[in-house]
Amino acid sequence: MQEPLFGSVDEVVERLAGAGYLASTAVATTVFLADRLGKPLLVEGPAGVGKTELARALATATDSELVRLQCYEGIDESRALYEWNHAKQLLRITAARDEGWRETRDHVFSEEFLLPRPLLTAIRNPEPTVLLIDETDKADVEMEGLLLEVLGDFQVTVPELGTITAARRPFVLLTSNATRELSEALKRRCLFLHLDFPAPDLERDIVTMQVPGLDAALAESLVRVVGALREMDLRKAPSIAESVDWARTLLALGADSLDEDIVESSLGVILKYQSDHRKAAAELRLDQLLDPASP
Amino acid sequence: MNTEVLPTRLVDFVGALRERGIEVGPGETVDAAAAIGVLGLADRAQLREALASTVLRRSGQRGVFDAVFDLYFPIAVGSAESAAERPSDVYELRDALVAALAEGDDARLRALAAAGVEAFGRYGDVGEGGSGGNGTGSRRLSGWSAYQTLGEVRPDALLNRVLAAMRTARPDDGHGGLGEALAGREARSRLAAFREHVQAEARRRTAELRGRERIARHAVAPQTELVTFTSASREQLAAMRRTIQPLSRKLATRLAARRRRARRGQIDLRRTLRRSLATGGVPMRPVLRARRPGRPELVVLCDMSGSVAGFAQFTLLLTQALADQFSKIRSFAFVGLTDEITELVSAGRDEPEGLATRILSQARVTRWGMSSDYGESLGSFVEEFSDALGPRTSVLILGDGRTNFGDPNLGALRRIAERARHVYWLNPEGRTFWGTGDSAALRYAELVPMYECRNIRQLSRLVTELLPG
Repeated sequence: MQEPLFGSVDEVVERLAGAGYLASTAVATTVFLADRLGKPLLVEGPAGVGKTELARALATATDSELVRLQCYEGIDESRALYEWNHAKQLLRITAARDEGWRETRDHVFSEEFLLPRPLLTAIRNPEPTVLLIDETDKADVEMEGLLLEVLGDFQVTVPELGTITAARRPFVLLTSNATRELSEALKRRCLFLHLDFPAPDLERDIVTMQVPGLDAALAESLVRVVGALREMDLRKAPSIAESVDWARTLLALGADSLDEDIVESSLGVILKYQSDHRKAAAELRLDQLLDPASP
Repeated sequence: MNTEVLPTRLVDFVGALRERGIEVGPGETVDAAAAIGVLGLADRAQLREALASTVLRRSGQRGVFDAVFDLYFPIAVGSAESAAERPSDVYELRDALVAALAEGDDARLRALAAAGVEAFGRYGDVGEGGSGGNGTGSRRLSGWSAYQTLGEVRPDALLNRVLAAMRTARPDDGHGGLGEALAGREARSRLAAFREHVQAEARRRTAELRGRERIARHAVAPQTELVTFTSASREQLAAMRRTIQPLSRKLATRLAARRRRARRGQIDLRRTLRRSLATGGVPMRPVLRARRPGRPELVVLCDMSGSVAGFAQFTLLLTQALADQFSKIRSFAFVGLTDEITELVSAGRDEPEGLATRILSQARVTRWGMSSDYGESLGSFVEEFSDALGPRTSVLILGDGRTNFGDPNLGALRRIAERARHVYWLNPEGRTFWGTGDSAALRYAELVPMYECRNIRQLSRLVTELLPG
C-alpha cells in the first residue's frame, strides 16, 4: 500500500483551502476516506457546485498531475484507454520495405506507436495523479464496464504489449449530474458524495475568496438572496458558480449594497429562464414600487 | 461504545436503513466498518459523513439516513443535550426562541428544541430523566411527543415577533420590499428547522424508551420517492414537486436511449454498398437504417377529485416536463364532467403550486359537488373530445376508479380503448383495495391494463415501461 496523501480530515480541509477550495465536513471526510481506503470517489450533484473544481484543487493540494477524461455519448475504448497510431504504423511499414514480417510486427506494435488516452496515462504515471472522470452519466452503459475493469484492479491489458499495472494508484474522482442512474456495480466500488449547495456561511466564504475586494456586508446579503432563490421552485436554481459571477458583476457595477433596483437589473446573471426571473421578482417583491397595493 | 458493541450497532443501523427502502449490501457494511476503523469515533459529524459516503448510493436518501443515524448514534443519552438551556416556563422558552430564530443560530435552536421536548413533550409514565433503556410492558403508552411540544410552544405564532427582532437587528435593509421578503423567507425556513429539531429530539427520547427499531420503522418519514401520493402532506407534495425537473431529465434520457437502441437493426443496403466502395467493395461497416422518429401522442385523463388530486397534479406536471418526448400532449381533467386543461397545464409549468386549484376553478369539471362521477366523465370525454384519440395515441387514465356507487359506464371506456393505440390506467390505490366499497377498479381493469402507482418510484418505472419509444 502506498503512502496516504493526507494525515487527518483537518489536514484535508487545510490543504484544500490552500489550493483555493473551501471544503465542508462532508467533502473533507469523504476525500480523506477515499484516500485511505483506496477507493474511487463518485461525486454527484447539480451543475455548478464545484465537482470538477474539487478535482482540480485536490491535484494542486497534493502536488499531483490532473488527468481528465471527459465523458460524452458514444465515448469508447479508443478514446478512453488507448489507441494504436494507424497512420504512423503505415508510414513505418512503407518506410522499411525490405524488413521481415517478424521485425516489422515487433516494431509496429511497440510503445512508440501507442497513443495513450487518459485512463492509460493515469495508470502509467509514476508520479502522484488525480484522475478525473467527468460527467460519467453522459457515457454509455458499455463504458461503465470498461471503468469497472480499470478501476477494479488498476491494470490494463494491451494484447500486443502485455498487462500494464499501475505504478502508483491514482486518486480517482468520478462526477455525475445524475441524468441517468449509474449501474449498481460501479456505484458499489466507489464512495458516494452528494455535493449540494453549500451552507450560507461557507458560500459567503467561497464568494469572498473568489472575488477579493467584495464588501463583507454585500457578500452577506448576496448569499441571503441566492439562498432565498434556491428555496423557490425555479427551473434552474443558481449555483455557486453563478453566485460568484453575480458577485463579480456587482463589483464591476460598483454597488455597495443590494437594493431592489440593483437586484432587478442584475438578476439575469444568476437566473437563466425568463419565467424564473418573473417569479423571483414577484416573490422577492422587487416590483413593489409599481404595485400600489403593497404597503 | 466499545469494540464489541459497534459491529452489532452498525448491523442494526444498516438493517433499519434497509427497512426504509435504502438498499445496503454487506459489501457496503464492510466498507462502513473500515471507514470507522480509519476515522475513529471521536467526531460525530465525521462519522455521519463517513457512513453516508459508504452506505448511500443515491441523492434522495439523505433525509432518511440522517433521521436513522440520529437514532442509532444519538448525540446524547437522556436529557443531557438540554443542559445548556433550562428555561423555567413556556414564556421564557418562547423569548429565547425568538432571539435564536432572529439570529439564525442553529445550535441554539437545537438546544431549545431539546429543552422544549424535555419540559412539555412528556406523556404517560416516563421514568424521571427518561434514561431507562428497555421498553417494558408497563411503559407501553409513554414517550415524548413532538406534537404535544409544538402545541405548547406554538412556534408558528412567533413569526411576527421574529420578524420584528430581525428588523431591529438589521436596521439598514428593513425598508425595502426585498429586505422584508428575504427576512420572511428566512424566518419561515428557520421555524421549519426548529420543528424538525423538535421531531428529531422526540424520536430520540422515545427511542431510548421503546427501542430504536420500532421508532425507526414508524416515526422516520420515508424517502420522497416512496411517499404514497394519496397520504402525502403538503410539505411532502412540495418535496415531490421539486423532484420533477431532475426526474423528467432522467426519464427523458431513458426514453431517448431506448429509442436509439431501437434504431439498431435494419441494414440500409444501398448506403452500405456505397460505403463499401472505400474498402474495395468489402462491406466492412454496415449502415443501419434510421427509423423515423415515431414520437407518440399522449392523452392524459385525470380524476381531480379530492382524494387523488395530488397524484393527478404530480403526474400532469411530470408529463408536461417530458413534453419534448412526445409529438403532442393533451390533458383532460374530470370530477363529474370532462374538460380540456392542456393550456392550464402548460401555463402551470412556471407556477406548479396552485395547479389543482386553478384547474378546479377555471375548467368546467363538474356539474354538482366535488365527488367524482366516472360514468358521466368518461361519457362526456368520448362525446366531446373523441378527436383527441387516434391510432398513434397513448391514453393514460389517472384515478382510483371510485364511482361513488354510480354507473361505471364501461361502454365509454371500451370505446376509448378501441380508438386509441394503448390505454393504461394508473391507480394510486394499493392493489388490495381495488374493488372494495365503491371502487369499480376491477371492472375497469378487465377492459384496460391497470397498474398500481402509489409513489414516485412506481410512477417513473411505469412511465418508461409503458410509453412507446
